[in-house]
Amino acid sequence: MDAVSQAPGIFSRLLIIDISYFITAALFIMGLKRMSSPVTARSGILWAGAGMAVATLVSFAYPGMSNYELIIAAIVVGTVIAWWSGKKVAMTDMPQMIALYNGMGGGAAAAIAAVELYRAAFANAAGEAVTHSPVVMTLAVIGGIIGAISFSGSLIAWAKLQGVLNKTVRFGGQKFVNGLLFLGSLAVGAIVVIHQGADPLHVSMIFGLALLFGIAMTLPIGGADMPVVISLYNALTGLAVAFEGFVMNNAAMIIAGTVVGSAGTLLTQLMAKAMNRSLANVLFSDFGSGGGGSATAVTGSMKPIEASDVGVMMAFASKVIVVPGYGMAVAQAQHKVWEMCQLLIDRGVTVKFAIHPVAGRMPGHMNVLLAEAGVPYDLIADLDEINAEFETADVALIIGANDVVNPVARTDKSSPIYGMPILNADKAKNVIVIKRGQGAGFSGIENALFFLDNTRMLYGDGQKAAAELVNAIKAAG
Amino acid sequence: MTGIVALYIFMLAAFTGYEIIAKVPVILHTPLMSGSNFVHGIVLVGAMVALGSAVTPLEKTIGFIGVLLAAGNAVGGYVVTERMLEMFKSSGARQKSGGGH
Repeated sequence: MDAVSQAPGIFSRLLIIDISYFITAALFIMGLKRMSSPVTARSGILWAGAGMAVATLVSFAYPGMSNYELIIAAIVVGTVIAWWSGKKVAMTDMPQMIALYNGMGGGAAAAIAAVELYRAAFANAAGEAVTHSPVVMTLAVIGGIIGAISFSGSLIAWAKLQGVLNKTVRFGGQKFVNGLLFLGSLAVGAIVVIHQGADPLHVSMIFGLALLFGIAMTLPIGGADMPVVISLYNALTGLAVAFEGFVMNNAAMIIAGTVVGSAGTLLTQLMAKAMNRSLANVLFSDFGSGGGGSATAVTGSMKPIEASDVGVMMAFASKVIVVPGYGMAVAQAQHKVWEMCQLLIDRGVTVKFAIHPVAGRMPGHMNVLLAEAGVPYDLIADLDEINAEFETADVALIIGANDVVNPVARTDKSSPIYGMPILNADKAKNVIVIKRGQGAGFSGIENALFFLDNTRMLYGDGQKAAAELVNAIKAAG
Repeated sequence: MTGIVALYIFMLAAFTGYEIIAKVPVILHTPLMSGSNFVHGIVLVGAMVALGSAVTPLEKTIGFIGVLLAAGNAVGGYVVTERMLEMFKSSGARQKSGGGH
């Protein structure tokens, strides 16, 4: 392509393309910045979207391009499928949808690497001249491996969260096999770099081994840890895109990919920290599969309460804090809960929502679900903001949350969740727990909160219970 | 672009990404992850150029898959991020638009 770019007529066209990519990179960075505050977030995605549109349009004018009909056909098919699925997906299923789109990006980065590497391999096999420098070949190989891992790994993550794949596959020596797959992929990659493409079979082996590694690495990880893994693959895709950007000599890809790579890495760490896990722990241990169980037995009894009594209690309270969990979203109770809260607010009761970082399927997911129900974001507080306020609350209403309010995390060193930051719901004057039955939570750990003297259990389906509370508050006069 | 300039770009972009995320509130983690997922959809332009320069049937096939996947990443990422962020409203904005659903 270098010979072409030195021709005078095309120089100005390249300049326009480069300037367009520059504008795109700036729009991406400003868009992401705006997305980091709730006030400007909406405009942020519009800015980034404008950047993407500019970059895509000018790329049609890239010198030396052909196959336009194929390019347009692929864009149309990909766009239609993604647009339709993205519009239709339920907010509760958002995490796995993000995983799927992310996997597609990783696959695209791997495809770019594959085109370049196969071209080099066939040229080498035919005894032709070297097309890429060793540095470019190395970056193509590494980006291709990372992209392929992100692709197959994200598909497994999607299948697990979607419920298509329920099994958590583990066998003896699994880590050894995984290590072998990864190192094997790198070793074949090194051969391809050293021998300027080697032959097509070697190139196929790089991608085959990397795809297998992505699958093998994700299979043993449990559903609860999947958000951290999805976030990690998001960062990896960014990195793969940046590497392929070097190969394609494309600054927009380098900048956007690197920004996502580093932002995604930090986001992954924040998520792991919110779950009280290290990243290594998530990737190489098996807590997230839902095993475990507290060593210390919880004593006492669970005391039931009627919805009418809870309604009166809240109607005459001065402050109520609602602690929602994923169970609320599964029961589709968020609209009823918000209706209930609006009644309380109209009566002059202070109402707040307390969100644990891991409420929902990934950090921030619960906020999306509440926003969908119409809850304004300024009523929603996260753990650090709200924890001191439970002592002044008359009622803490727990709905569909369990482990994130379990005081055992503060006291019992033998518990698997020991040390995890929790919401101090037990400090409220009255604790009401809406719960379907008496069973233990997602992690199988008994919840000491349910047995406290100031806790009452309101048994029933979340949506039905919330509807009963709405009626009870209306009846309270 | 020389290698060392590319390396500078890489370093500065890495710091930029880190700084953007460092102060983000937890409530925006999911939309922001989705938004950054959209941003790496820029792989579309690379895939387009790769397919545009493809000659053999194998290159064309892989290139086609690459563009299709990249378009899916970009469009899907945009649609779901926009859907999520569109719902984030403050109490004031909510009252102006006449309450919830």
